[in-house]
Amino acid sequence: MLQINGLTAGYGPVTILRDLSFQAAAGQVTCIMGRNGAGKSTLMKAIMGLVPAQSGQIALLGQPLHRLPAHKVPLQGVAYVPQGRRLFGPLTVGENIDVGLLARNGGAKTRNFVLDLFPRLRERLDQTASTLSGGEQQMLAIARALCLEPKVLLLDEPTEGLQPSMIALIRDTVLKLRETGLATVLVEQRVESVLRMADQVAFMAHGRVEAQVSVTDLRPDSTLFRQFVGV
Amino acid sequence: MAAVLALTAVGLSLVFGVMRVVNVAHGEFFMLGAVLAWFVTYYLPLPPAFAWLAALIIAPLIVAGIAALADVLVLKRLHHDPEATIVATIGLLYMLQQAALTFYGPDARPVAAPFEWRIQLPWFGYSGYKLFVVLAAGLILWGVWAFMTRTKAGLVMRATQVDRDIARSFGINVDRVYAGTFAFGAALAAMAAVLIVPIQQAHYLMGHDPLLLSFIVVIIGGLGSLRGTLIAALVIGLSDGIISMFFSPTLAKIIATLLVALVLVFRPQGLFGAKA
Ligand SMILES: Nc1ncnc2c1ncn2[C@@H]1O[C@H](COP(=O)(O)OP(=O)(O)OP(=O)(O)O)[C@@H](O)[C@H]1O
Ligand SMILES: [Mg+2]
Repeated sequence: MLQINGLTAGYGPVTILRDLSFQAAAGQVTCIMGRNGAGKSTLMKAIMGLVPAQSGQIALLGQPLHRLPAHKVPLQGVAYVPQGRRLFGPLTVGENIDVGLLARNGGAKTRNFVLDLFPRLRERLDQTASTLSGGEQQMLAIARALCLEPKVLLLDEPTEGLQPSMIALIRDTVLKLRETGLATVLVEQRVESVLRMADQVAFMAHGRVEAQVSVTDLRPDSTLFRQFVGV
Repeated sequence: MAAVLALTAVGLSLVFGVMRVVNVAHGEFFMLGAVLAWFVTYYLPLPPAFAWLAALIIAPLIVAGIAALADVLVLKRLHHDPEATIVATIGLLYMLQQAALTFYGPDARPVAAPFEWRIQLPWFGYSGYKLFVVLAAGLILWGVWAFMTRTKAGLVMRATQVDRDIARSFGINVDRVYAGTFAFGAALAAMAAVLIVPIQQAHYLMGHDPLLLSFIVVIIGGLGSLRGTLIAALVIGLSDGIISMFFSPTLAKIIATLLVALVLVFRPQGLFGAKA
């Protein structure tokens, strides 16, 4: 589904990602692990076209993404839940959803689908997004992204700072979405969560994917975890 | 005039709010609106009422076009960097002023009011046109508010204002939103000018006062806050008028400047915070 080859990218003159290769398949959850500053979030921004690619290719079903302006990337079927959620805070829950629906002209059907996924949002449509609890904000960030009816969903540390019941809810949602054939790319730091959700795990360090393996090859005490996450 | 000031200030506030661009040339869009209104009413062989109405539509459209062009040709190349755009809009200010001087000349010229009746109240007479200006400005302001809160385009502008990168990730063409916002803000200034030009003659230097007053209003109301801008415009516009009339215009400006200083010291986010 999503295929990245030899990607080099960064902020202005600063190169962060170096010759990075990565893939994510449909109907699978591909987790990305790596220490703080490894470049996980930068990789997500590069896929979205928010960080320009200096060289290399990003392709979705064979179609190149890396030459598109950022606002055309979501139309190809990539949706993004950024680290720290980055909702449109002063807008209401309903308006955040509406922004998600704009690009695809997604109508009532999509809107109902995402609100059925998170009934708590339906009760709060007129509430200002910035006044939601952390868990509700994360639900809204995911709901807003799903409004694009994506083929690939990028989730950057969606459970950061949430309590266990919320983490479980987000995890269940990710697994439910996997059943629909969605390719999910999930940045996640908790080994236990990764082992329960992932099909594939990519380990990042210094702006590169150093290893990408099937989850069946991993154990909680695998050396890869120790080497790249330090647990 | 508080109502017209509010229109001009809302244009400035919108541009700053959405784009983080301090548009120093905003007053020149106001001036251009007035000057174009003179051209339209002078050259169109229509009775005053229709000529003025034509100006109310044509002048803002032309000014919007010029503003959109300025955005695409200049501001976009600066990546809308907040500091670089201040310098760029200062340049734009002088270009527009010199263009007006060249093509329009140094004279102040009147534009005929669309109608001339006076309302006789028992204690004083009041120009019917002035009342009409207040109503029209109020209507346009209500329209702007409805546009921002009720339409898709308004939603897109508000989302871009909050987070332009994330807006891009939802398919919003931020360059287009910026050009549109800059044009819209300029058109509001031009509209205000067409409303005021039958009362105040068109002159190539007339952009200074509205620029200064708009800045005062926008700072007091809270940069980028629509509601704050409206309320501050009313307060500043009314008090400026009253103090100028009974004391002196200089005193009015001094008081307004003092007020700005106080707000900047005690409430730098403006009286109405950062709410859109
Ligand atoms: N806007 C920016 N401009 C310049 N450098 C940046 C910018 N954002 C991130 N960086 C740098 O890029 C590197 C990778 O950052 P990135 O956010 O991708 O890391 P990460 O793996 O997501 O880390 P974390 O686990 O803390 O989220 C860091 O060294 C960071 O300082
Ligand atoms: Mg990160």
